[in-house]
Amino acid sequence: MTAVKTSGKKFSPMVHSYLRMDERFPHVWCPGCGIGVLFAALIHALHELNIPKDKILLASGIGCTSRMPGYLDTDTFHVLHGRALAAATGVKLARPDMEVIVVGGDGDMLAIGGNHFIHAARRNIGITCIVLNNYNYAMTGGQQSPTTPRDMFATTAPYGAIDDPADACSLAAASGAAFVARTTTYNFVQLKRFVKTALSRKGFRLIEVAAQCPTIFGRLNRMPATRDLITWIKGHTVTLEAAKKMDAAQLRDKIVTGVFVDREVEEYSDRYTRLIKKVRNAH
Amino acid sequence: MRRLVSGNEACAEAALRAGIRFFGGYPITPSTEIAELMAEELPRVGGVFIQMEDEIASIMSIVGASAAGVPSMTATSGPGFSLMQEGIGYAAMTEVAVVVVDVMRGGPATGLPTKGSQADFQQARWGTHGDHPVVVFAPRGVEETFALTLRAVEVSERLRVPVILLTDEFIGHMREIVSFPSKVEVYHRQRPRVASSEYVHYADENNYNAPYASFGGGYAIHLTGLTHRSDGFPINDAPTIRWNNERLHAKIEDNLAYLEDNYVDDDPDADTLMVAFGSSARSAYEAKLLTDKPLAYIRLLTLWPFPDATIRRLARGRKRVIVPEMNEGQLCREVQRCLSGDTELVSVTRNDGSMLTPREVLEVLE
Repeated sequence: MTAVKTSGKKFSPMVHSYLRMDERFPHVWCPGCGIGVLFAALIHALHELNIPKDKILLASGIGCTSRMPGYLDTDTFHVLHGRALAAATGVKLARPDMEVIVVGGDGDMLAIGGNHFIHAARRNIGITCIVLNNYNYAMTGGQQSPTTPRDMFATTAPYGAIDDPADACSLAAASGAAFVARTTTYNFVQLKRFVKTALSRKGFRLIEVAAQCPTIFGRLNRMPATRDLITWIKGHTVTLEAAKKMDAAQLRDKIVTGVFVDREVEEYSDRYTRLIKKVRNAH
Repeated sequence: MRRLVSGNEACAEAALRAGIRFFGGYPITPSTEIAELMAEELPRVGGVFIQMEDEIASIMSIVGASAAGVPSMTATSGPGFSLMQEGIGYAAMTEVAVVVVDVMRGGPATGLPTKGSQADFQQARWGTHGDHPVVVFAPRGVEETFALTLRAVEVSERLRVPVILLTDEFIGHMREIVSFPSKVEVYHRQRPRVASSEYVHYADENNYNAPYASFGGGYAIHLTGLTHRSDGFPINDAPTIRWNNERLHAKIEDNLAYLEDNYVDDDPDADTLMVAFGSSARSAYEAKLLTDKPLAYIRLLTLWPFPDATIRRLARGRKRVIVPEMNEGQLCREVQRCLSGDTELVSVTRNDGSMLTPREVLEVLE
């Protein structure tokens, strides 16, 4: 812990107890980045639910958000770009007793990892999947991602994006996920609550978190300060209840927050365990 | 017990008996029977079969399951094998034991789904990016598919490396009598016994039979495809990068004697040596039996690491080396590296989806 310089007040010892404090800090993230907000919410949720640390696996692909496992003091799995859900599926089926959590960015999960995203949700494998949506490929310097809004800028969309953005929550819901919710880094309380709820459910659980990336996305879109982007996110946020009274045109550039799906399912590894019992009893 | 089975059936049966308890796969001809058999048999022994959404997911699912402590395998063919390459590199980098069976078919692209080939000989070695060694075994028929599948599982578990088994459509769908052993010795990977604070996931001595932790074992391990230190965490300094690369190579190079496996039928009077592997070696050996001329013969069961020293020794002083194979001369390239002086190298190839025949080899021998 000696290598870490903190004020000693901003971070509680509880959070420290979940981090690999020796040599891993300072972390790779930029000042003002939204990933820390999610990381804090995740740690608080794990702590409040009293999930044993040696039962936790945090897996990720490649990208800024995907660097999170390097700092959490549990088993951690930094997989290939886009492939975290496929690898985590193997872990969950090998060790159904483990609490498997996958974090990743919008590009990692919805572009290169889109196929795995659909099928992990369809199977309802027991994974809590958190997509931090910062609207761009930040690690590689600000390229257009599947969620970059129309007309906003990225280094590979220098004249503004002409693609319609992907909707992680609709995709997960249509694919059959047990729990689907969206929130933002502006609303830490709701974020932590959603993570706790997700961790308490079974099957595939998705939380999409709209987050600020001031250094790259903000700079490319004339919102270089953290507060600019937070304000932009807050200004575009509408609750699910409010959204029900709005039409498609009004919702086009909105971030709809709330719980979209919350249903009971039989988790995939439980189903497989049942299949094993059935097959073995038949012989 | 003696039974008539196909190569793919022998592979699945060996995998189960070797302790494979997780199979992630995706249908592809001519390997699919392996997945079908695993789907049927794995739950009976308490294991897990999952059909993933593609071959990339398949390889990553077995890496995940193996990293969580369960011996794992997948089977595929050419196009799927190409898709798996990045994942195989990840398994090599993170040192996760997995077995990948490639039932070779003709290519490139969709190529010849229902016809055999030996054209993945070099892909098996060089398919991933980055420079790391691999272990590749190739059986000549059904019984050897059983034996080499057992061996592939054992080697991957002992050395914590991905091991590739190269069969082909001919072997996969051929039926032969196999004498199944009543008992198979299974190597179980060793668990670390030290305290979590003492444990080093990539310790220097961590090569043959070394204990290693899995997810859920209480060691808070970190696996990353990034170049890493001995504790698993990424780093960018030159000495550590060198250490990481050398470690991956040393795992194979320090164990060459354990890994090398050839069938040698030497004849000191012969001025010709024949080098063969896999299904086409059946025709090569048949031609050897048919010819009256003295002939030295070696068949590789371990393709990679390539047995440079053995080939060099056997080729020394010969006038001619003949290399029959079913591609455009991929094994021949490797043999060429091992030759010196005036030795003539003759490549006998057939690459049209049909078996190389003994006659085609015999014509060159005579």
